[in-house]
Amino acid sequence: MSDQPETYSAAAEVGAVRKRRSRLERIGLLLKSAPPSAWFGMIVVTFYILVAIFADVIAPYGEAEIHPEPFAPWSEEFIFGTDQIGRDVFTRIIYGARNTMGIALATTLLSFLIGGGLGLVAAINRSWLDQFISRAVDVLMAIPSLIFALMLLSIFGSTVTSLIMIIAVLDATRVFRLTRAVAVNVAVMDYVEAARLRGEGLGWVMRREILPNIMPPLVAEFGLRFCFVFLTIAALSFLGVGIQPPTADWGSMVRENASLIQFAQYDMTAAITPLLPAAAIALLTVAVNFIVDWFLHKTSGLRDEH
Amino acid sequence: MAGNGDKTVGQMGRDARLNAVLATILKRLGLGLATLFVVSAIIFSSISMLPGDFTEAVLGQSATTETVAAFRKELGLDKPAPLRYLDWVGSVLQGDLGTSFSGRNASGQDRSREVIDLVGPRLWNTLFLAGVTALIAVPLALFLGLTAALYRNSAYDRIVNAATLTTISTPEFFVAYILILFLTSLWPVFPSLANVDATTELGERLYRVALPALTLTLVIVAHMMRMTRAAIINLLASPYIEMARLKGASQSEIILKHALPNAWAPIATVIAFNLAYLVVGVVVVEVVFVYPGIGQLMVDAVTSRDIPVVQACALIFAATYILLNLTADIIGIITNPRLLHPR
Amino acid sequence: MSTETNGSGDILLEMRDIRIDGYSDERWHDIIKGVDLTLRRGEIMGLIGESGAGKSTLGKAAMGYTQPGCRLTSGSILFDGIDLVAASDEEKRKLWGTRIAYVAQSAAASFNPAHRLIEQTVEAANRRSIRSDADSRADAVDLFRSLQLPDPETIGSRYPHQVSGGQLQRIMTAMAMSPRPDLIIFDEPTTALDVTTQVEVLAAMRAIVEEFDTAAIYITHDLAVVAQMADFIKVLRYGEEVEQAPTRQMLSQPEEAYTKSLWSVRALQKPEIKGEDMVLTIDNIDAAYGTLKVLHDVSISIPRGRTVAVVGESGSGKSTTARVITGLLPPMSGSVTFNGETLPPKLKDRSKDQLRRIQMIYQMADTAMNPRHTVEEIIGRPLEFYLGLTGKEREARVIDLLNMIELDESFMDRLPSELSGGQKQRICIARALAAEPDLIICDEVTSALDQIVQEGILQLLLRLQREFNITYLFITHDIATVKAISDEIVVMFQGKVVEQGLKSEIISPPFPDYTQLLLSSVPEMDPDWLTDLLKSRDA
Repeated sequence: MSDQPETYSAAAEVGAVRKRRSRLERIGLLLKSAPPSAWFGMIVVTFYILVAIFADVIAPYGEAEIHPEPFAPWSEEFIFGTDQIGRDVFTRIIYGARNTMGIALATTLLSFLIGGGLGLVAAINRSWLDQFISRAVDVLMAIPSLIFALMLLSIFGSTVTSLIMIIAVLDATRVFRLTRAVAVNVAVMDYVEAARLRGEGLGWVMRREILPNIMPPLVAEFGLRFCFVFLTIAALSFLGVGIQPPTADWGSMVRENASLIQFAQYDMTAAITPLLPAAAIALLTVAVNFIVDWFLHKTSGLRDEH
Repeated sequence: MAGNGDKTVGQMGRDARLNAVLATILKRLGLGLATLFVVSAIIFSSISMLPGDFTEAVLGQSATTETVAAFRKELGLDKPAPLRYLDWVGSVLQGDLGTSFSGRNASGQDRSREVIDLVGPRLWNTLFLAGVTALIAVPLALFLGLTAALYRNSAYDRIVNAATLTTISTPEFFVAYILILFLTSLWPVFPSLANVDATTELGERLYRVALPALTLTLVIVAHMMRMTRAAIINLLASPYIEMARLKGASQSEIILKHALPNAWAPIATVIAFNLAYLVVGVVVVEVVFVYPGIGQLMVDAVTSRDIPVVQACALIFAATYILLNLTADIIGIITNPRLLHPR
Repeated sequence: MSTETNGSGDILLEMRDIRIDGYSDERWHDIIKGVDLTLRRGEIMGLIGESGAGKSTLGKAAMGYTQPGCRLTSGSILFDGIDLVAASDEEKRKLWGTRIAYVAQSAAASFNPAHRLIEQTVEAANRRSIRSDADSRADAVDLFRSLQLPDPETIGSRYPHQVSGGQLQRIMTAMAMSPRPDLIIFDEPTTALDVTTQVEVLAAMRAIVEEFDTAAIYITHDLAVVAQMADFIKVLRYGEEVEQAPTRQMLSQPEEAYTKSLWSVRALQKPEIKGEDMVLTIDNIDAAYGTLKVLHDVSISIPRGRTVAVVGESGSGKSTTARVITGLLPPMSGSVTFNGETLPPKLKDRSKDQLRRIQMIYQMADTAMNPRHTVEEIIGRPLEFYLGLTGKEREARVIDLLNMIELDESFMDRLPSELSGGQKQRICIARALAAEPDLIICDEVTSALDQIVQEGILQLLLRLQREFNITYLFITHDIATVKAISDEIVVMFQGKVVEQGLKSEIISPPFPDYTQLLLSSVPEMDPDWLTDLLKSRDA
């Protein structure tokens, strides 16, 4: 054993000093370490986003343009044929990407605004307000959200606005629970107490002390909630009470063309047509799930204690 | 004397134990009832949130003032809300769920049906489908979840995980249509329409619900298996499991003797959660297979804005959901050693 | 570095060149870097080291067990001639619980909540049919009795949550002893206990190990505790052996500088000075959490520029007292007077200047700093908030403060995760200092740190006190630290002040009963301490 230096110097103590890197370098490094599943997810999501943004450019026809032949087979003119009233399926899948994803994104953002905001306030406040919101959320969550959504839609009607509002409010309950839970864990930290002892206001404590520390789980949850909202809207549209025609939407497209499946023995391409939008939904949710899985693994680190 | 004294002590112990468990169960029951009360109030008040012109929508444009007034009176809209609520709860408890909106017209002729007659047979159909699914899905999912947890990170675990992750990312109707494509269109094994009625024989009934049940099973098993795996892994990470291992217990002893007695509560929660999920999944699957269940009824009622039917269905779904969660919590309470053996 | 033991008995356990890796941050790190260990029958080895030294990992490896997330990369383990590295799981299971037993740190978590204590006690012996079930149960009762458990006949029929932590730890010792193993691994068995309970558990464990002449490895970070238990001591640091020697020799003539440094805090001595000018007095405070009353009529006076240490066991109310002073917990009755004026009981009613003058330093520097803020932001915030310093002025003052705590400006843009434990605590001190306070409340500030770092922090605090005439309220359970740095001592027990006075008055007789119990229960660096204490308590 070599002798330890007798003189003690605080500055000489070993700390795990990280190499400083710019944000761009860090993102580059992060991407390099991504597993194939995450790569797959990121490519798929990027592709979907591009399709949604450039829908007007890519789509060969107008969103609600009706052609003379309903249920036309796959051809050069209509890549995936036409639907029950003669609209081009390929065009509607492209516009469906924009509509379905856009509405799901708006809904998820709104639910995070409501649920996340209230969750933060409840976690810091911990008084009657916290009690009140928490109990209200308990009750809302005591009813399956699809059933609740169905009931509310029957009252307010199936417009895009009411769809977004209803699902956002119902989904905000789950966002609230998560935000509150992770924020409470941070709010009991000594550094939050230190900030309060210093005399900092609620705004500083929320913005500077708590929010930066709960971002990773919230980002992951955003991905998962987006999937859930996306599937809920697709299910509602499939049931005929979600996004209404003539707006192109993947859920309702499945329902409208479902009868084609029985012709599988005669024309396989026709039978696949209603499955295309369903596959588009599934592919996106799988892709997002893969990214979230990787992100969670990265941020939680899955550390083993020893 | 000594024996006598011992008996009294034992008696007191048992009483204290019963009291602690009973008190906790009663508390939980009270909470469940309170939730049901609030939920029923929300469902009830939905009718008051309807826009004012809904009578026109129900009765038609040409409805006379008298017909509208009579309809409003029948709904009790002329009475104060709390009173109407009590009336409503009272009749629901007696099995009277009100009268459907459909079948009415402007002339005041009323061919509408009692909600209970609409809901009754369909509720039975839905319970049948859910029951068949649960019988297959619950044991299968528990087995898969348990084995995946025991052989964590093995190839088996990874395959099951990837498969279930894909399944839960997929809309129920996609699973359903793929099954239809393969099992009815390409290879006609099962019927694609699950039309049953009261006269259908049990064997025939089982044959017709095979595809809907299979669809639901796939979806539920995926969710349930993942949750079971997580719960078991969490349990196996407890220090007392490591202690058992260091005391020389074999793998089977660890599972059966040390993990299982503590696993009832988490497993009950997983089962209840997924049966509740089944209740929701049933809606979409019933629509796909045109199965005459309560879920399809509700969707139809939402489309035609037949509020009494929607209310009845929502109440039934919510009550089932609350009841399932209540059951899981009570199982957790009666298997908790801290409550069974208070200090 | 020879193994200087009595050398008479035959070798029970022999470990050669043990190397173990642990998996974290997505790669393997070496935890144990080639350690040898030899233990003879009936011997007790003390294995000591700071947290992270790898002593617990090494202790479990002695059973042939590696935790999930760890792997043995090289080395040999021979237990009574059996090769534990080559042995199958089945062969190892036959040894575990019967010939090698394990006593865990947290008894509360290590007992299965679903089974009665007696069932768990006899489980291992019954599995290998060492004796009949009835004999095992009778034997367990005997063991409970020798471990001085209350109601030995019936305590076994209780469930784990129905008995106290100290009792559970003794029952776990009985569980380990039940099959009469050749070797017991004690993994920090008394760390979670209060000092007064620790003494009883230590005495019981030592007596029973001596009675059956069982070999043992006793793992702890507390040198004074291990001195009572072990025949010889092995010191570990960063997964390597520092030195090994018989207990008495190790205590009187440690060879390595690191081992010597483990004693250093005890060498620090500050002469007490009486203070007259009171900076803070709290009078007749009653306080409660909800309906649970935790402080009863507490009055304490703190003289300016002095250090007042508050000592007591967990639950004595010492941290609650700090919460009342800072305004986090408004008291039910009583008042806090600071610099001659009465402080508003609630935090939000206090002025910025009042808040500035009382600062706090926490036990865990890790959780006391926001992991997303840099050192400059952490120290700079109070400068900006209280003193209105911004830009260059603020930066210059931050560098000043860093120099004061013996660090330099290269630390400015580091995050807390890039600092060592001692550096983190120094940054916390700088943050408190930045507010230019009159009073700093130090809540167990050194108890999470390595010994040598502790000494550095304590010396820094004393120097700052001399330079700026700062007052410290020092909350701790560590009597050695108290003796080293305090002027006055307050002893608390169950929410009441037992005694307050100058250090010399408190730590010399005559003592009130509780102070006597508390002071006498603190283990001393003397192998005969426990024996003498038990003799004097019997008398």
